[in-house]
Amino acid sequence: MAKLTIDDLKKIKEEYKEKTHLREGGYRVKITVHMGTCGLAAGSREIMDSLLDEIQKANVTDIIVTTSGCAGLCSREPMVTIEMMGEPPVKYGDLTDEKIRKIFREHVLEGKIVEEYAIVRGCETSY
Amino acid sequence: MDKIRSNIMLCGGTGCIASGSLKARDALVEELKKHDLADEITVTLTGCNGFCAQGPIMIVYPEDIFYEKITSDNIPLLVEEHFVKGRPVEKFMYKEPEKKSAVPIMNEIPFFKHQVLRALRNKGLIDPEKIEEYIARDGYMAAAKALTEMTPGDIVEVMKDSGLRGRGGAGFPTGLKWEFCARSQGNLKYILCNGDEGDPGAFMDRSVMEADPHVVLEGMIIAAKAIGASRGYIYVRAEYPLAVERLQKAIDQANEYGLLGENILGTGFNLDIELYLGAGAFVCGEETALMRSIEGKRGMPIPRPPFPAQKGLWEKPTVLNNVETYANIPQIILNGADWFKSLGTEKSTGTKVFALTGAVNNIGLIEVPMGIPLRTIIFDIGGGIKKGRIFKAVQLGGPSGGCIPEDHLETPVTYEDIMNTGAIVGSGGMVVMDDSNCMVNVARFFLDFTTDESCGKCSPCRIGTKVMKDKLVDITEGRGKEEDIELLEDLAHDIISTSLCGLGQTAPNPVLTTIKYFRQEYEEHIRQGWCKAGVCTKLSTFYIDEEACKGCTLCARSCPQQAITGEKKKPHHINQELCIKCRTCYEKCKFGAVKVGPVNMFEKKDKEVKV
Repeated sequence: MAKLTIDDLKKIKEEYKEKTHLREGGYRVKITVHMGTCGLAAGSREIMDSLLDEIQKANVTDIIVTTSGCAGLCSREPMVTIEMMGEPPVKYGDLTDEKIRKIFREHVLEGKIVEEYAIVRGCETSY
Repeated sequence: MDKIRSNIMLCGGTGCIASGSLKARDALVEELKKHDLADEITVTLTGCNGFCAQGPIMIVYPEDIFYEKITSDNIPLLVEEHFVKGRPVEKFMYKEPEKKSAVPIMNEIPFFKHQVLRALRNKGLIDPEKIEEYIARDGYMAAAKALTEMTPGDIVEVMKDSGLRGRGGAGFPTGLKWEFCARSQGNLKYILCNGDEGDPGAFMDRSVMEADPHVVLEGMIIAAKAIGASRGYIYVRAEYPLAVERLQKAIDQANEYGLLGENILGTGFNLDIELYLGAGAFVCGEETALMRSIEGKRGMPIPRPPFPAQKGLWEKPTVLNNVETYANIPQIILNGADWFKSLGTEKSTGTKVFALTGAVNNIGLIEVPMGIPLRTIIFDIGGGIKKGRIFKAVQLGGPSGGCIPEDHLETPVTYEDIMNTGAIVGSGGMVVMDDSNCMVNVARFFLDFTTDESCGKCSPCRIGTKVMKDKLVDITEGRGKEEDIELLEDLAHDIISTSLCGLGQTAPNPVLTTIKYFRQEYEEHIRQGWCKAGVCTKLSTFYIDEEACKGCTLCARSCPQQAITGEKKKPHHINQELCIKCRTCYEKCKFGAVKVGPVNMFEKKDKEVKV
């Protein structure tokens, strides 16, 4: 390892921020992949893979992907919920590799809801 | 594909390793592989998280889910539920003592909510063995700034303006210390780090060294530039093997990256840092004794002046700062003195780390703004007293500190206010005691420690503390005399005014504060032969209050001597001849029916009967 200069230090900082940014909190979009038994059976694992692949390609760090259980609408799995900060969440259903990639590009990156695949906006009232 | 969706941070501090975090880590890595998740979820072993009593601790990012007491047996279920199915597992989450409802988000847990992290800002967030993760969190940026944009005078000014005071105990202004040394003439100067944390119950320095070793190195680089030092030592106790290992790795990495050694970051500045392992003598935490120890001599203090800033290690100008002090420095350089002063009080700026332990519900390491009332620390962060018992005193500052009672709990935690109570902030050990503690016995415990640790150089400390201890033993064993309290006070003042170093000058504090606030307890011991807490076995009798006893039989079943008899649902009775005063019944009883009486309570009754 060569001795570092201050510019090298900054480069390392940027490079590793990429790998550790998840711990810092603060994100623009949260994507929840519903991975209950129904979701897994319908192929939510592949949807997760496609999403991670898209995030990788887009090279963005302000998006987090998390998983959750069954969303209650098992017949429409695989489903994801996309929450942009400050906007009501949107649920998409009957997903395929192709659909989720389109949703990622149009909704997550550009902010346009893909209405043809969307099931609902907002969430249930909870007490 | 190597896009990572989640980071699992598992605590690898000494506490969590002892409770099994390494096994849990191995199981976790294995299980993630099994589910084909190893590529998208990383597992990192961090330094101490601080909430040691709940260990092993695991935090899952980006969701910030906090799991406690994670063992390798829990891992398969946890991975299956949380990482495969996306259902955080409630039964491994922290539960508030009174409520029982799970609190999944880390920053909603009261223990963490009131804290402000500065010295501990990287705890649990980085892998302490990877310099890159430290760099990712602005690591070495402050050193770069100090080496390229600031003169030694600038650095000293910022430090003076920040008001940072030494976190090792004495609270001397750090900037001033640096200024004295910067002014000293000499072509060779030393920068030292004091990692000889010796107060019983204090472990904040160990945590910093384990969780964030590079911050210590960076603080030292900045200090070295300010005073013009080219060589440094970190004096760390050999009893901290993990801290030693991580510091050594950090030094090796920093050398390899050109952040230590010659021509640091290409700026022409040189600094070598080495570890020096202490052999576990408490007195070596005192600066002049520490320097003698590094020189290879017996660790004993020498008179000051000359101060180390003029003649320190090998008679060269030297600055010694504590680990936590160094951990504050990079952030002050990056964010400025005003940022640092924005927390704390006028004379006690910034934050302080405390090791909160004893009779509180939440035990661990906390960092809070200075000026926070003791009550907030104990009852909000600490979650109050365990098992619904009653608060009695908080011991601050270890063997050099004192015990602060209930009616002083509004005292803000600043160097001056705590000093006015008779205790000291010290290195930040905070031991909370409930009503089952005997304060005379607490004083005896600390004197036991200081008599052992006195280096023997000054007779007041060597002999005086021994005499004080003997008097305390007399009082706790029923041989106390009326004049002993005055004698203890006299002796204490003599030892304080005639000892050379901080050890002797502060050793009587635990006795003085317990006499000041709990004089009645001393008197009860001496006059009535009664230790009301039931700790001094020669001064207590355990008996059952027949009216309060519900006859639940718990005490009888727990008694190792089978000294307790009685029928179900009827008052029980302790046979005094069999009782060994082990306190088991006293602690087990849910109705407070086991009481403590003076040692001779039954003797009297017998006499009365005879009359």
